[in-house]
Amino acid sequence: MSLPIAVPSSKRPAATNSCRVCAPLGSVLAFRGLRGCMPLIHGSQGCATYIRRYLISHFREPMDVASTSFDESATIFGGQSNLAAAIKNLVRQYSPEVIGVCTTCLAETIGEDTVGILREITTADPDLPPIIHVATPSFKGCQYRGFHDTVEAILRATARGGERLPHVNLLPGPVSPADLRHLREIVAAFDLPLLMLPDYSETLDGPSLASYAPIPEGGTPLAEVADAGRATGTLQLGATLADGPGAYLEREHGVPLVKASLPIGVRATDAVLESLAAFAMESAAGTSASAPITPAWLSAERGRLVDAYVDGHKYVSGKRVAVVGDPDLAVGVAGFCAEIGLVPVLVASGALTHRMATALDLLGLAPGSFEVMEDADYDSIGRRVAELKPDLILGPSKAYPTSRALGIPLVRIGFPVHDRIGAGRILHLGYRGTQRLFDEVANALLDHQQDSSEMGYAYQ
Amino acid sequence: MSEREPIPSPEAFRDEVVKSYSGKVAKKRAKHILVNDPEVPAEIEANVRTIPGIISQRGCCYAGCKGVVMGPIKDMVHIVHGPIGCSYYAWLSRRNQAATGDGIANFIHYAFSTDMQEEDIVFGGEKKLAQACREAYALLKPTAIGLYSTCPVGLIGDDVHAVARQMKEELGINVFGFSCEGYKGVSQSAGHHIANNGLFKNVVGENDTPVDHPFSINLLGEYNIGGDAFEIERILDLCGIHLVATFSGNVKYDDIAQSHNAKLNVVMCHRSINYMAEMMESKFGIPWFKVNFIGADSTAKSLRKIAEYFGNEDLTARVEEVIADELAKVVSVRADVASRLSGKTAMLFVGGSRAHHYQDLFSEVGMTSVAAGYEFAHRDDYEGRRVLPSIKVDADTRNIEELHITADDTRYAPRRTPEEIAAAEKRGFNWRDYDGMMSQMKKGTLVIDDISHFEMEKLIATYKPDIFCSGIKDKYVVEKMGVPCKQLHSYDYGGPYAGFIGATNFYQEIDRMIGKRISKLITPPWKKQSA
Repeated sequence: MSLPIAVPSSKRPAATNSCRVCAPLGSVLAFRGLRGCMPLIHGSQGCATYIRRYLISHFREPMDVASTSFDESATIFGGQSNLAAAIKNLVRQYSPEVIGVCTTCLAETIGEDTVGILREITTADPDLPPIIHVATPSFKGCQYRGFHDTVEAILRATARGGERLPHVNLLPGPVSPADLRHLREIVAAFDLPLLMLPDYSETLDGPSLASYAPIPEGGTPLAEVADAGRATGTLQLGATLADGPGAYLEREHGVPLVKASLPIGVRATDAVLESLAAFAMESAAGTSASAPITPAWLSAERGRLVDAYVDGHKYVSGKRVAVVGDPDLAVGVAGFCAEIGLVPVLVASGALTHRMATALDLLGLAPGSFEVMEDADYDSIGRRVAELKPDLILGPSKAYPTSRALGIPLVRIGFPVHDRIGAGRILHLGYRGTQRLFDEVANALLDHQQDSSEMGYAYQ
Repeated sequence: MSEREPIPSPEAFRDEVVKSYSGKVAKKRAKHILVNDPEVPAEIEANVRTIPGIISQRGCCYAGCKGVVMGPIKDMVHIVHGPIGCSYYAWLSRRNQAATGDGIANFIHYAFSTDMQEEDIVFGGEKKLAQACREAYALLKPTAIGLYSTCPVGLIGDDVHAVARQMKEELGINVFGFSCEGYKGVSQSAGHHIANNGLFKNVVGENDTPVDHPFSINLLGEYNIGGDAFEIERILDLCGIHLVATFSGNVKYDDIAQSHNAKLNVVMCHRSINYMAEMMESKFGIPWFKVNFIGADSTAKSLRKIAEYFGNEDLTARVEEVIADELAKVVSVRADVASRLSGKTAMLFVGGSRAHHYQDLFSEVGMTSVAAGYEFAHRDDYEGRRVLPSIKVDADTRNIEELHITADDTRYAPRRTPEEIAAAEKRGFNWRDYDGMMSQMKKGTLVIDDISHFEMEKLIATYKPDIFCSGIKDKYVVEKMGVPCKQLHSYDYGGPYAGFIGATNFYQEIDRMIGKRISKLITPPWKKQSA
């Protein structure tokens, strides 16, 4: 039995040092993974500014987000003319291929009929680029929900059914640009055409260029998303998603859906590769292509990872860890920890899914050995960490004060990581990402042992 | 290499950039873009609403109130009433610092929010807010609690002021609210004003303990980004000038409560805090003037003016001694850095005072500020306070409460008689002075208010400055264009840049940034061949 503890933060009167952020942030992140997309936040101007500055402090990349800049009269009478003007001005300045409109608490509180307004705007001007709308009131969900709702909104607006095509849809969830690049590489290794949504691997981890592109290159073209309804199948990553956007495609267009936990750890990665192999088989059926085999380089990476597990087991075995993050990442990382003999004693997230405990049970964590906190804030997480006294914390930069106060080492994962460089390059997924994570975990424990030893171990 | 295209004149640049907009937008934006004439600063459009879809640097009213002015007060608890994002985004993100130790409470590492959910939006969140006050009080026992309204609060009719009154009585500490909903005003500037009003009504004058020091001052509009206030405190301390309260970097609630007993107010960031200086003069008789501790020479000048105000020989001597000692350490670094940077160009688009203040540091190493503008300032910050009577008050400004202050019945004590003030003026001593940015910038430079992201990209592509100063939202765009970008909001994780040590830090930082050669690596050798 997993034991949900503490009072969830939204039920508590105050969230003290929140462990979640707002829904439009997740939405903007997802929109950034569409090619040529300009995100536009309908409502208060400050929201666009705050969301930009926060995402930028994590990715250290340009992140333009426009706003419809409500004034007090728009607040009272509605922001129809603001939205129309914003779209017109964006098209004129940036010629976006698509505009992604999400909403602030202000627009949602006044009950703005954004769908209706957009219908009028697009009817009046048929030459506008496609506009995708998603409602993102933060009093109903955090960045995690905003992200997935946006992916679903993009699919609803764009995906069309029809004759099956050989590609697979991959819905990776809010992972890092490095993760997205690696996922692409893995799917390509199965000779499987890929439609990944979203894909901000280039838009949020781009090169310095001799000439600057106001809307960064990369991202999934909307025209390709139209084919999502004709895919061989959908692979949706994220163990805590109830239905998720993939369920929409299955329901609406009959695209078979396979749900998997994030590929972190040997077993979870094996499972994802097996799903991909099955899709590749399905995709190649009726053609002369031979049955897909798992590519040699992936087998080699797996071999090295297992070898590293053997080498490092003595350093990690039995060490107790607390994991904090987006629900799917926290669950995935906890699963990996359990696989290598680390003991996840606390798995915490600011989001509320009601499914983390079940997902962890399914990953094979020993029942009763861990606690789950959903809807948590860092104050309650910190208190519980202080009581449980784990040897290590895996979590974002916001877990640093807890780590510092308690003298427990922190391995940074997920979002936000704003006190280290390379947040976009943190690879969590696949055998390769697991390898990196494993080395870092073992070394963090060794570091701590050396630093806190009076004898000053210098040879391990 | 093809011949370099001639550099367009600033007039041509302006005409070209506004042409990219539609007619109405072009007409509006043209009023925000001026070619400077320091002798006769032209009228600039400022402090008006940003056009929807024009990507601006600006934030919101809440950001100005909680994030900028109130957030740094270190022993208060600040509870943000609203959905979660607003509190999260203002959680330490300005890099303002606060000293701790010796039993001084420092809660700036905390972010409190009522984390409103749908039922709170529908049924109201006052009870949750009251309970949040109780919980925060139980947790930290703060000196006071501030309550900050976000967008939905004004719409659903929650009364933060009523909750504040109730909690003040129940908890026995000062609790006060701010109606700083994000949609108010046109930028964070509205929030500064609301914060000034709230601080003035609820805190200033709450502690009547006399200040027993001949040279006591308050420093207004210094928020201790990157430790600036620590450096200014160090210098004032060396000079024997007693700092009662800083508004509001590294400050305690009680310092502000007692600040009405200081002998002088000096103002750093005119934009965010001039209201407070004016109100304290009207109510308590404390005169004020503008200072600038950004730049070594500017710091010396400001210290001399403070010494002149007090007119005490010992103080003047000590100030001169400190300036001599400190400048001696600065000049050798300055000369070395200037040997590389002299003649280089800078552009500054930030804030409500920094885009002006930092021009002093650049000119100290021989650099020219060729374009500048504020994010949220008003006309007086550009053209000088002389234009104050002619600024038209639009609907957005009218919605922000203007307090009408009269002299305090018992505590009004003018620090200088009208005759003394007039005599000083005659000597060339300026009170309540701010000449603004434009009179200091060279003829033919560009002044752009509320620069859009789009205009910024054009500006950089056209003029390729040696360095661009802005904030994190622009930083990576600018650097992708091959131009180093110094963040003057958060200081790029560095600082302090105020005072003498700060000036040295800044010269060296700019030297490093302009001197770095990484951009030479951008194009790989196999692509250079064909160029």
